[in-house]
Amino acid sequence: MAKLKLPTPTEALDRVRETEVWRSIFRPGSIFRRGYRDTSRDRALATMNNVLYHLHPVKMKRHGLKLTYTFCLGGLSFFLFILLTITGIYLMFFYRPAAELGSAAAYTDMQNIRTSVFFGDLVRNLHRWGAHLMVFTVTLHMARVFYTGSYKPPREFNWVVGVLLLFLTLGLSFTGYLLPWDQLAVWAVTVGTSLAGYSPLIAKQANFLLLGGVIVGPDTLLRWYVLHVLALPFVLVIFLSVHFWRIRKDGGISGPL
Amino acid sequence: MARDDTALDQETFDRVLAEELGKGTDRRVAEGRARAAALRAARAKSGEGPAATPAPAPAAGDGGAPEPAAAPAAVAAPAAVGATAPAAAAPASVAAATLTAPERQAPAPTGNVPEPKKGAPEKHRLLALVPPEGIQRVEREQGDRINVWPHLLIEEFVAMMIVLAALTIFATFVNAPLRELANPNLTPNPSKAPWYFLGLQELLRYFHPMVAGVLFAPTLVLLALAVAPYVDRNPSTKPGDRKIAITLFTMLLMFGAVLTIIGSFFRGTGYNWVWPWAQGVFFEL
Repeated sequence: MAKLKLPTPTEALDRVRETEVWRSIFRPGSIFRRGYRDTSRDRALATMNNVLYHLHPVKMKRHGLKLTYTFCLGGLSFFLFILLTITGIYLMFFYRPAAELGSAAAYTDMQNIRTSVFFGDLVRNLHRWGAHLMVFTVTLHMARVFYTGSYKPPREFNWVVGVLLLFLTLGLSFTGYLLPWDQLAVWAVTVGTSLAGYSPLIAKQANFLLLGGVIVGPDTLLRWYVLHVLALPFVLVIFLSVHFWRIRKDGGISGPL
Repeated sequence: MARDDTALDQETFDRVLAEELGKGTDRRVAEGRARAAALRAARAKSGEGPAATPAPAPAAGDGGAPEPAAAPAAVAAPAAVGATAPAAAAPASVAAATLTAPERQAPAPTGNVPEPKKGAPEKHRLLALVPPEGIQRVEREQGDRINVWPHLLIEEFVAMMIVLAALTIFATFVNAPLRELANPNLTPNPSKAPWYFLGLQELLRYFHPMVAGVLFAPTLVLLALAVAPYVDRNPSTKPGDRKIAITLFTMLLMFGAVLTIIGSFFRGTGYNWVWPWAQGVFFEL
């Protein structure tokens, strides 16, 4: 029997990377492709030929790397949004937005998520704390942008989009707050929406529109659930796209001061 | 075929360039015109002149309505025709075809889908000339620039991993609150809004609801923030030049933060004032 010579791991990997399948997946310039060299050209291609990275320009101002300029706050807000989307989708598998008298499925589902769902408690905690953190980072991001004067021409409109995104973030956080359907959620939302009830002229209409009734009830839950998992994220993603696109169009990172 | 591979007639190029520059044409435009003229000259020399210069003759026999040769129309046409006006200074031998071009006659639109010409080659040339006035000259300083990959992407990745790790550790040890089932008949004491609205709730203690509720806080603050870039006409981004803007914004931020902290930690049963170190904290996230 002829002695079988096994390829070393490096050789095996190289052989896999030579295949048509591999080369069709990783476009030229990918660091996973064979023959990536640490040259200016391949560094540029690595950014351009990747669906995620091509949000970024190929080159940027050196000072933009300085942590004390951006504190990574915008990027972290986006990262938290992704994290909240992923954990949120997981929670959606185990949650029904139903709170009719006598059933309160929403609350029962919450208890099940905490006790019997695989990693349910951790995922819920991540979602909750991540959401609070996101409100925080978005606010801080706004402060950073203001203090660096980054809202000045040509970035005025991107600042306006950013204010909208802050508003949407608050909306997402607030609508999500009701979903556990416990005493904390319902009464916090009752107090919160009563603030809107003080609006002049349209107080009643505004409140009715928000609550789907005169008090926080099952209709409110369904309404806020749809807003929370679908409507608001949809709008947010649209404005987020505009926000990112405008950063590039307006000349990348602002500054240096 | 790459631009630089094209054979050019150097003599024509130099002459046309000199003439165009003499007329005060912008250098880039002049080079373009000289290049176009030199290209045609080179082709004429090598004997493929007629083929490379599409005949600008009117569409014979069609008898369509005459159409003035408007500049944009000519521009969209193939190279030789498009260069009609700019190439006026080119030598007669080269520019003859274009100089003597009559006004273009286009057949009236018939609405029929055009049939492919019999025996037409499979390949076609795509060529466009950009009118000089359509060229935007973008001048930007190169500056001190670095590659996004790997420098920025690695920084972002590390920042994300740190936040993810911290959040996961926090979420492992600190449970999100879940109280008893909602009961519309039993109001908890105190009942507070989520923390980001507590500043607003606190404000309601001091002002008429109409002022604090909708007129003041959300509308005014959001509107003020949104119009800030249009109100602040100061072009400088240096902190030293922006004392007013920075002061105002810091005041707004501090105002919101103080109200939120008071609403969160200094309000207890009945939403009355408490000292958190004495009576405890009435706050839930």
